[in-house]
Amino acid sequence: MLSRKARLDAHGEDSSYFLGWKEYEKNAYDDVQNPTGIIQMGLAENQLSFDLLESWLASNQDAARLTRNGESVFRELALFQDYHGLPDFKNELVEFMAEIRGNKVNFDPRKLVLMAGATSANETLTFCIAESGDAFLLPTPYYPGFDRDLKWRTGVEIVPIHCSSSNGFKVTKCALEEAYQQAHKLSLNVKGVLITNPSNPLGTTMGRDELNDLIGFAVAKKIHIISDEIYSGTVFDHPSFISIMEALMDRKLQDTDLWSRVHIVYSLSKDLGLPGFRVGMIYSNNETVVSAATKMSSFGLISSQTQYLLSKILSDKKFTRNYMKENRKRLKTRRDMIVAALRDAGIGCLKSNAGLFCWVDMRHLLSSNTFDAEMELWKKILREAGLNISPGASCHCSEPGWFRICFANMSEDTLNLSMQRIKALVGRIQQCRRGRVTHQDSGCNSRRRSFSKWVLNLCSYDREPDR
Amino acid sequence: MNHSRSRRNPTREPDFPTVKPPSPGGSSSGGAGAAMRLIVPLQGVVQGRGGLILGSIIPGALYYFFQLYLKRCRSAKPNSNPPSPSSSSAQLADLSRSSSRSNLSSRGSVGPVRVSARANSIAKPNASPYYIGLEMASEDPYDRFDNPDGIMQLGLSENRLSLDLIETWILENLERSMIGGADGHLNISGIATYQPLDGMMEMKIAVAGFMSQVMGTTVSFDPSRLVLTSGATPAIETLCFCLADQGNAFLVPTPYYPGFDRDMKWRTGVELIPVHCRSSDNFALSVTALDQAFNQARKRGQKVRGILISNPSNPIGNMLNKETLYSLLDFAREKNIHIISDEIFAGSTYGSEEFVSMAEILESEDFDKNRVHIIYGLSKDLSLPGFRVGVIYSFNTSVLAAAKKLARFSSVSAPTQRILISMLSDTRFIQRYIETTRERIKKMYVAFAAGLKQLGIECTKSSAGLYCWADMSGLIRPYNEKGELELWDKLLKIGKINITPGSACHCIEPGWFRCCFTMLAEEDIPVVIKRIQRVVET
Repeated sequence: MLSRKARLDAHGEDSSYFLGWKEYEKNAYDDVQNPTGIIQMGLAENQLSFDLLESWLASNQDAARLTRNGESVFRELALFQDYHGLPDFKNELVEFMAEIRGNKVNFDPRKLVLMAGATSANETLTFCIAESGDAFLLPTPYYPGFDRDLKWRTGVEIVPIHCSSSNGFKVTKCALEEAYQQAHKLSLNVKGVLITNPSNPLGTTMGRDELNDLIGFAVAKKIHIISDEIYSGTVFDHPSFISIMEALMDRKLQDTDLWSRVHIVYSLSKDLGLPGFRVGMIYSNNETVVSAATKMSSFGLISSQTQYLLSKILSDKKFTRNYMKENRKRLKTRRDMIVAALRDAGIGCLKSNAGLFCWVDMRHLLSSNTFDAEMELWKKILREAGLNISPGASCHCSEPGWFRICFANMSEDTLNLSMQRIKALVGRIQQCRRGRVTHQDSGCNSRRRSFSKWVLNLCSYDREPDR
Repeated sequence: MNHSRSRRNPTREPDFPTVKPPSPGGSSSGGAGAAMRLIVPLQGVVQGRGGLILGSIIPGALYYFFQLYLKRCRSAKPNSNPPSPSSSSAQLADLSRSSSRSNLSSRGSVGPVRVSARANSIAKPNASPYYIGLEMASEDPYDRFDNPDGIMQLGLSENRLSLDLIETWILENLERSMIGGADGHLNISGIATYQPLDGMMEMKIAVAGFMSQVMGTTVSFDPSRLVLTSGATPAIETLCFCLADQGNAFLVPTPYYPGFDRDMKWRTGVELIPVHCRSSDNFALSVTALDQAFNQARKRGQKVRGILISNPSNPIGNMLNKETLYSLLDFAREKNIHIISDEIFAGSTYGSEEFVSMAEILESEDFDKNRVHIIYGLSKDLSLPGFRVGVIYSFNTSVLAAAKKLARFSSVSAPTQRILISMLSDTRFIQRYIETTRERIKKMYVAFAAGLKQLGIECTKSSAGLYCWADMSGLIRPYNEKGELELWDKLLKIGKINITPGSACHCIEPGWFRCCFTMLAEEDIPVVIKRIQRVVET
């Protein structure tokens, strides 16, 4: 009785990314109520700077009360459902976006389309650019949600651009071409490349060379570029962020065909830590896309009340500048904390300069260089160490052993606890290994075989987890 | 997995010279000729008659090219590492082949990249008078003081009559409700962080309670059967995605809300089959007509997945009685289809009849609940279209599960949910609001209908909604859609009144117009009537 789409598993919700969430919901950590519960490190949410927003709201009663200079604006807002968006809000947004990019790029509010979250923005842009059966190329590893947002209702396919740890997962010309050929082999019409810059899950920004390679590729193949810049405001370390628009302008491509094939997706969920507000947007130089997306935004308009409140927050430039500066500082501190703690446990991370997470290298902890072993390790980390992190396979990473660990959605104490748990687990894993290695060195006989089996049993069964 | 991918690629031509077998009958086509030249020296070698050099070079060359071909195949395969468990590749088997395949030219030549066909058609300015009128009226809006010559908006079913009540409530309660805790300390994490994308449970409880209150407390709604969306517009699209595949159809009694053509069809690929209702029965819905439409669709090979009704009806303003609802349920069961009941105007009643929700029928009778789904929202009954709150209410757990997942594309903003949780839980305020608003709608309706009557324009008997369905068939020349649109155009451009012509609502009889009166103040009614009169008398 249901449609095919409703019955398909194409929403990707059976991947481990979502399974971990479900386990977490059943047994969530709480420092008082449930100190042995699962710590959520699979959610890229920024809770580090709520205090700043709270103090702003406390001293700006007007915005919260929907009044402007003491006069109520409630009526306008109650009735406002224009899909062109609240003009004040859009004007503030384009200025905010420009500032994040060091004012090297200017944005036109008429090219901005508001939607209820980047999830909605990505899907709508896909509907506007591609037909069912077309494909987008995406560098791996990529945000697991894309499998749902870009493909489910649109019928569009994703073909991965394989990136490897050998060069820090950077996108190469060769990988782009290979992915393009792969799409052709599968008889898929490539409509564009979608990049996330800064990258989720890597936490790195794309360099100028990388961006230029991508631009060259898009020009040659005459395809679109979608740049999901949702983490652009979280760049806390060098190198600085280069937006796709900046890269295009530096190459003086404003008057070329490519200009109207480049689109940015943005949101306030990560940079301002407000995912609950559901604020996303598409920025495009293509009139048809802007026009179509604007009308499609009827399916996901942002509440007028939210638009008004945010327009007030963003108009306080002193506040936003201070907020962004302070927020980046806090993110950097957190990142440094987690990198140091992981190093202490013998685990390395990809050097990152942005985002709310680390891309962690646990290849040395795998029992074999396979995704099965990665899943095994992930389950161990979930069940024995009580941490929900995201395995690389869920991000379509082509090499097993990499994990995304989020660090901005918990208190410092909780982060420290999580690191202690990881260290303890790593210790146990390595002890088991040593046990096995010792056994192998001294040769094989049945008594020794049963001894090692006993040791292995001790290691793999859950006794008292060190939480 | 890799093998199946290359096997499923029958149309790719390898990029090396192929050896074609000689065609029977020895035709002199280029290919056959070349083949003969290849085969003959080999034949010569085999028979010991010479051609040794060619005979050895050519197989060598063939072997070389064959190796090259294999190498290209191998290097084009993804990493030799264990294949990444990509769900995208697993889904490829389910990919339906689309027209993009036929556009694929041979490798190397790429056609100009377009945006999608969907984007092209949606981006075009909308030709429907419904949208044209709305746009013109919003560009030159009437204001009694600031713009008395502006266009009066009677084409948008919005209720402005009781905003003052809500405004007062907001001023007295908002700040505390949005982020204040019991101790007065501000705590933003309740609105800033990720919330369940189909709505917070407290919001569902509050909305379920409101729905029950507004529909007369004769029915209760279970919060766990709600999915919240950013407005009724995405609610209906989401439901469509859940219930129908591309190319399937819904039966929709006419006249119907023009927005359905956009909401139900644009991205879903679903069709709407109009089931015409007539003024002779007061535009009542007939199961016979539904049956006819269903059978005709079947003959055309079109699969009908359900019926979409709006109750109270938009644009007529009448309500379905219990008997009609029973017949609908029987019909749906007989044909094994769904019923979507859009009940967004359920609280905006002003007549003597009581509204009966589908939910009420299902609660009391033993019908198959799995095929009934209700759409609701706060845009009409609570006058808050800007806040974007819509509802899918379903008894079908599979539909709910799917809708919940789809809700992520149209979630309700958390700070807005917080305010509304507070407001809707203030049941005393809500009760006062519901009663006051009904009285005010009734007053406006009576005054407006009387005004139209003075001009000889009758309205269908209606008891709900924010509009009346006016019969101006006597004023159009000729008596067809063209005449109707001419009158609409004159009213808009000369009379400066935007009303919605029946043809935009797919009404089969020309001359009917929907006039929304809840955006006006009582003092504006005479102005409207005068303007209509001016146009009609010329």
